[in-house]
Amino acid sequence: MVKQSGRIVTGAHYGLRDWLAQRITAAFMIIYIAVLVVLITIDPPQDHAAWSGVFRHSWMRIATFLFFAALFWHAWVGVRNVLMDYVKPTAVRLTLQILVIIVLLAYLVWTAEILWS
Amino acid sequence: MACVLLYYRLNLIRKCAASNPADSLGGGQLRNYHFKVSRMEAKLKHKRPRHLDLFKITQPLPAIVSIMHRISGVLLFFPGIPLLLCGLRMLLESPESFASVQAVFQHPGLKLLLVLFVWFFLHHLCAGIRYLALDLHYGVELAQARASSKWVLATSVLLTLLTGVALW
Repeated sequence: MVKQSGRIVTGAHYGLRDWLAQRITAAFMIIYIAVLVVLITIDPPQDHAAWSGVFRHSWMRIATFLFFAALFWHAWVGVRNVLMDYVKPTAVRLTLQILVIIVLLAYLVWTAEILWS
Repeated sequence: MACVLLYYRLNLIRKCAASNPADSLGGGQLRNYHFKVSRMEAKLKHKRPRHLDLFKITQPLPAIVSIMHRISGVLLFFPGIPLLLCGLRMLLESPESFASVQAVFQHPGLKLLLVLFVWFFLHHLCAGIRYLALDLHYGVELAQARASSKWVLATSVLLTLLTGVALW
């Protein structure tokens, strides 16, 4: 247990939020993958019709979309940590972080397009 | 090293206080303390690694699993995610694109590449489950942490081999 100290705590506290978000998204992805693996093992889809059948139900589309949203959030926290550890010049790091955010948002839109077209 | 010295000093003071509270850190004890500290300093100076060259020092297994978790994570981010989305799109778009995905993975080299990415994913998954357990304070003892890192490596490689066998 952490004891209360007289230390003045500063900072925006987003470190804890990101840490927690990375673990929650990880747990969600583990559940989704486990369910998907079970579904595919019970009734292995062999052709295009069967694969589209798996993603026809809207609950499956929503779950898959949430899986990808969790994946992108998880990836953002991870890549941000890696960039903070290895890219020291602030301008370069900020540029790379903005690029990663834009790419991940584009992926999210692309995922919706793939699932609902 | 400062921490080691501080710990040693505190330990000595506690021992002295326990044996003779009225005379903590008396003359003899203090001389003894300085003698021991100087001997320890000499020992530390001798034993300390002179470099932190990653190609010359060996890392413990949990550290190897940790850096592999990071490297696999970066590779899953790129090119993993765009390839996964491409694959999903071709899988769902039309019977023709589905057939082209199947055709692509008939190539043995690409099949091997797929198995490699399956390994990255499985290592990231197994090591991630280990970290979730560690965050919940399960298996934080050194022996358990070393054993679980061994299990992570073994399980991910075994599951990858099984996937490879299923693909071929």
